[in-house]
Amino acid sequence: MAEKATTPPILQGPTAKEKKYDRQLRLWAASGQAALENAKVLFLNSNSGVVGVETLKNLILPGVGSFTIVDETKVSELDLGVNFFLEESSLGRWRAEETCKFLQELNPEVKINALRESIDAFADDPNRLEQYSLVLLIGPTRNARVLERICQHADKSSIPLFYIHCQGFFSQFSLQLPAQFPIVDTHPDPASTQDLRLLNPWPELLELLEKKTGNLGSLSDHDHGHVPYVLILLHFLNVWKASHDGQAPANYSEKKQFKALVESGARTNNSEGGEENFDEAAAAVLKSLNTPSISSGLREVFESDDCQNLKSTSANFWVIANGIQKFHTSHNGILPLPGALPDMKAQSSDYIQLQNIYKAKARSDLAAVTQTIRSSEQEVGRKSSIEQAEIEAFCKGAQFVKLIHGRPIRVAKCSAEIDWSDRAKALSQEIQDPDSLLPIYFAFLALDRYQDDIDRIQKLRKPTDDQQFNDIMAGRVVSGAVPPLPTFAESAHFSTPAVDPEHDPKPWPRFDIPEARETFDNVVKELDRADWGELHNIAALTGGMVAQEVIKVITKQYVPVNNTCVLDGIASKTAVFKI
Amino acid sequence: MVEISAYSNTIGQEVDELSRTYLDNLLNKPGPASDPDWVPGPETIGALESSKVLVIGAGGLGCEILKNLALSGFKDIHVIDMDTIDVSNLNRQFLFREADVGKFKAEVAAAFVEKRVKGVKIIPYNGKIQDKDEEYYMQFKMVICGLDSIEARRWINATLVDMVDMEDPESLKPLIDGGTEGFKGQARVILPTMNSCIECQLDMHAPRAAVPLCTLATIPRQPSHCIEWAHIIAWEEHRKDEVLDTDDPEHITWLYQKALARAQEFNIPGVTYSLTQGVVKNIIPAIASTNAIIAASCCNEAFKIATSCNPFLQNYMMYSGDEGVYTYTFETERKEDCPVCGNLARTLTVNPDMTLQDFIDSLGERAEAQLKKPTLRSEEKSLYSQFPQSLRQQTAPNLTKKLSELVVDGEEIGVSDPAFTIAFKYKLIFSS
Repeated sequence: MAEKATTPPILQGPTAKEKKYDRQLRLWAASGQAALENAKVLFLNSNSGVVGVETLKNLILPGVGSFTIVDETKVSELDLGVNFFLEESSLGRWRAEETCKFLQELNPEVKINALRESIDAFADDPNRLEQYSLVLLIGPTRNARVLERICQHADKSSIPLFYIHCQGFFSQFSLQLPAQFPIVDTHPDPASTQDLRLLNPWPELLELLEKKTGNLGSLSDHDHGHVPYVLILLHFLNVWKASHDGQAPANYSEKKQFKALVESGARTNNSEGGEENFDEAAAAVLKSLNTPSISSGLREVFESDDCQNLKSTSANFWVIANGIQKFHTSHNGILPLPGALPDMKAQSSDYIQLQNIYKAKARSDLAAVTQTIRSSEQEVGRKSSIEQAEIEAFCKGAQFVKLIHGRPIRVAKCSAEIDWSDRAKALSQEIQDPDSLLPIYFAFLALDRYQDDIDRIQKLRKPTDDQQFNDIMAGRVVSGAVPPLPTFAESAHFSTPAVDPEHDPKPWPRFDIPEARETFDNVVKELDRADWGELHNIAALTGGMVAQEVIKVITKQYVPVNNTCVLDGIASKTAVFKI
Repeated sequence: MVEISAYSNTIGQEVDELSRTYLDNLLNKPGPASDPDWVPGPETIGALESSKVLVIGAGGLGCEILKNLALSGFKDIHVIDMDTIDVSNLNRQFLFREADVGKFKAEVAAAFVEKRVKGVKIIPYNGKIQDKDEEYYMQFKMVICGLDSIEARRWINATLVDMVDMEDPESLKPLIDGGTEGFKGQARVILPTMNSCIECQLDMHAPRAAVPLCTLATIPRQPSHCIEWAHIIAWEEHRKDEVLDTDDPEHITWLYQKALARAQEFNIPGVTYSLTQGVVKNIIPAIASTNAIIAASCCNEAFKIATSCNPFLQNYMMYSGDEGVYTYTFETERKEDCPVCGNLARTLTVNPDMTLQDFIDSLGERAEAQLKKPTLRSEEKSLYSQFPQSLRQQTAPNLTKKLSELVVDGEEIGVSDPAFTIAFKYKLIFSS
C-alpha cells in the first residue's frame, strides 16, 4: 500500500464490507451477517417463479453466501413481462442461466449456480438436498408426489423449506422448520426486557442504596433531584415494607398506593413543581414490581424432555437451558440477571456505579450458570464445552427465548384427503370467521390438487395420441378411459379441503359458513381470472416477505412465521395460520 | 404445469403482446371484487399505459418502485431525487453498482429500468421536489413517494392538497406513500382533501424524544449522550466556521474521537465509530426485503387505482416482520383541525407563564407539529419572525416574554415554517 505517512488513519473506521452492509448490520450484527454468508440456498423453480427470483434478489443484496437455481425451462415472452432479471436477448435461452447472470450483477461477493434440470431430480434422490441450508420451492409442483418427496427429504435432513404460491392478487407460503427450532436472540422490544430485580436486591445494590438514600431528607435539592429512580424505588419499598409486615406491594391497588407514596417523596418547592427522577420512579412502579415469573415460552422449554434429560448428543440449546433451569430452581424462581440498565436521570458517576453493580451481578449469575453447565457437560460425557459467549447470550435473553416446533407442509393429492389431525379443530373454528383469509390458503391447496389431477390424466393418455390430448385441452369430452380436463374453477368447486373436527371422511367441500364458501369461490374466480399468471407487484411483495423470513431462519434472530402466511393483495391484508 | 399455462395462453395471441399476457388476462375480465360498472379491455389497458406517474425518491424504495411500475404496465414515469449514490446504498438499492457511486440516483435508476424493460419511458430529475411548481405536479395522474424524510413528505402532501380544485376532478392527484424501518414499514393511500392526509397522520410518526441539553453538557450517562455532545457542543466550540458534513469520514472521525474522550472521562462504555455515525446521521436500519414489501404494496395500490381492476387500500397498511408476519390494515380519520386539509384551529392548552421561546421549543417536540423554525403571528401582530433578519431582531425580545403578555386567553395564532407550505392555526387556552 502506497499510503502517505502524513495522512493519519481513520481510527477503527469501518471496513469496506462494513460500509456496504452498514444499514443491515444495525439489525442483525456481525454474527447474523456471518450466518448469512455461510448459508447455501436452493431455489427449485417449475413455474414462472418470479416470486422466487424476487426473493433471491432480496437475499443476494445482503450477502447470503451461495445460491443454486434449478429450472428446466427456456425463457419465453411471458417471462419478459413479469421477470426483471431477464432481458430480450434471453429469449429462448435457459432461464436458470439467464436469471443467474442478471442476479449475479447485484452482488459480486455471492456465488450463484444454475442447474438446468427438472426439480423432479430432487424428489427422486433423497441425498441431493443435504448440502443446502435452506430450500425455496415454488408451487404448484408437477404433481403431489414431487412436493411430498421434497418435503420429506428436507424434513429428514432438518433443512428449512419454504413452499410458495403466487398467482394473481394472492399469494401464500408455508415454512417447514425442523421439529425443534430454538431462537435465543429474538430481539424483543427493549422496553419489555428490563429486569431490575427490585424485589430481590443483592448486597452490593443495598450497600449503594444505603450510601445514596440513607439520609434522603437531608440531601441538597440538587442531589435529591439526581437520585437514580432505581434507588428511589428501593428506598420506598423499604418504607412500604416497614408498615406492611415486610411485604412488597402485591396487587394493582397496593401498587397504586405505593406509587402515591413515591410521588409524595418528590420535592415540589421548585420552579418545575416536581422532580424528574421521582416522575421516572412513579412511572416505573407498575412494570418494575412484578414478582419474578417466566414466560410461557421459557416454561415450555424448561418442561420439555430434552431439557430435563441431557445426553452427550444434546444440542447446546438444551444444555444451556438445563443450566438456566437449575439456576432458576436454586434461586427461588429468579432468572440470571440480564444486566442492562435503562437510562435514567442521575449524576454520571452514580449512574455508572449503578450500571456496574448490575453488570457485575449479571457476570456472577453467568458464572454460576456456566459452572452448572460445565459439570453437566462432564456428567453426560460431552466432548467439547459450549462457548461462554453462547451461554451469555442465552442468559441475557432467557425470558424471551422461543422454541418453534416445525410442522410438515400439507400436501393436496387428487387421490386422498388431507389429514388435518391435531389442527382440524382450530382450522374449522378459524373458518367460522367471515373475514378470515384461510379460504385463500384452501384455494391454493385446491390448485395443487387440480395440478395433481391434471398430471394424473396426462399420464393416462397414450403418449402418441395427440388428437386426444388436444381434445382434452380444448375441453371436448373424450370417450374412453381418459376423463376430460376440468378447468381450475370447475375443479376447485369439488376440491375444497375438508376441515372436520371429527375426522369425518366426508367428501369435499365442507364449508358450513356461507361467507367462507363465498370467499373461497371468489378467490378461485380471481385466480382463474389471472390464468395461472403472476402479477409482478404481488410477486415482489411476497418475495420481500419470504426473504425476511429466510433471513430470520438463517440468522436465528427475530422470530419467523409459524408456519403459513397468506397475502390478499386486493384487501392489502395478511394472515398467519398454524397449519 | 408450465406447458399447460403456455399452451392455454398462447392461443390467438400476437407474439409481441405475449410479454403482457399475465397483465392483460386480468384487465380483460372482471373479477368478483371489481366494481360492477368497471369496463375491462382495451380502454382500461390504454388508461394504464397513458397514466403519467411521478416517483419521488430513487433510493431503497424508489428503485423497487420504478421496477414494479415498469413491470405493471405503466409506460410514462418520472422520477425525482437529489441524492447521489453512496456505497452504503448497495445492500438494497439494486439498480446501482459500485461503479455508480457518486452519480445521481434518479439518472442511474431511470436509465437502468428503461434499458431492462422494453417500451417504458422514464424521465429523471436530479434535484429537489421544492424546485418544481404546481404546473409541473399537475401533469401527473398520481404521485408515489419512497422517501426517508418527513419534511419532504409534508411538503409534497401540502402541495398536492393545495392543488385540489373542486371544480376540476383532474386536479386531485392520489398520493401513495411508503416508509420503512428495519423489518417494519407502512404503505398508505392519500386522496388529497378526500381522506386523511399525511399531516393528519403526523402524530402516528412521532420523532424520538430529544435528550435535554443539560444532560449532554453536565451529566452524560449513555454513549449517545457523549456523541450528541461532540455533535452539538464540541463542534460548535472548535470548528464552528466549518459546516459539518456527516458524509465526510474525517468529520465523523473527529466527532467519534471527541465523543470517545468524553466517554472515557466519565467512564461510559460503548462509544464506537458505527454508533457515532448512527447517532449523528440518525441512521435508520434498512434492508432490501422490507423495501420490497412496502414498494410493491405501494405499486399494487397504484396499479389498482390506475386500472380500477380491484378496490384499492383504504387507507393505511402497517407491516411488521419482527415477530412472525403482522399487518394491520385500517382507515385513518381525517382531522378537521389538520393544518393542511382541515379548516379549524387546533386547541392547545398552555401555561400562560410559559415564555414564547419555551412555547416555540415545545412546537418542535409536539408530534403533530414538529416545526423546527416556526414563525408566529397572533391576530394582532407578529410574535416572532425568522425572516427577514430585521423582523427577527425586532421580534426577538418577545422570546423571553410570557405568553400572557403577548396573547389573550382563547386567541388564535398562526404558525408557519419555511420548510413547509403549511400554516398551522392554534387556539391558545390558558391553563388555570
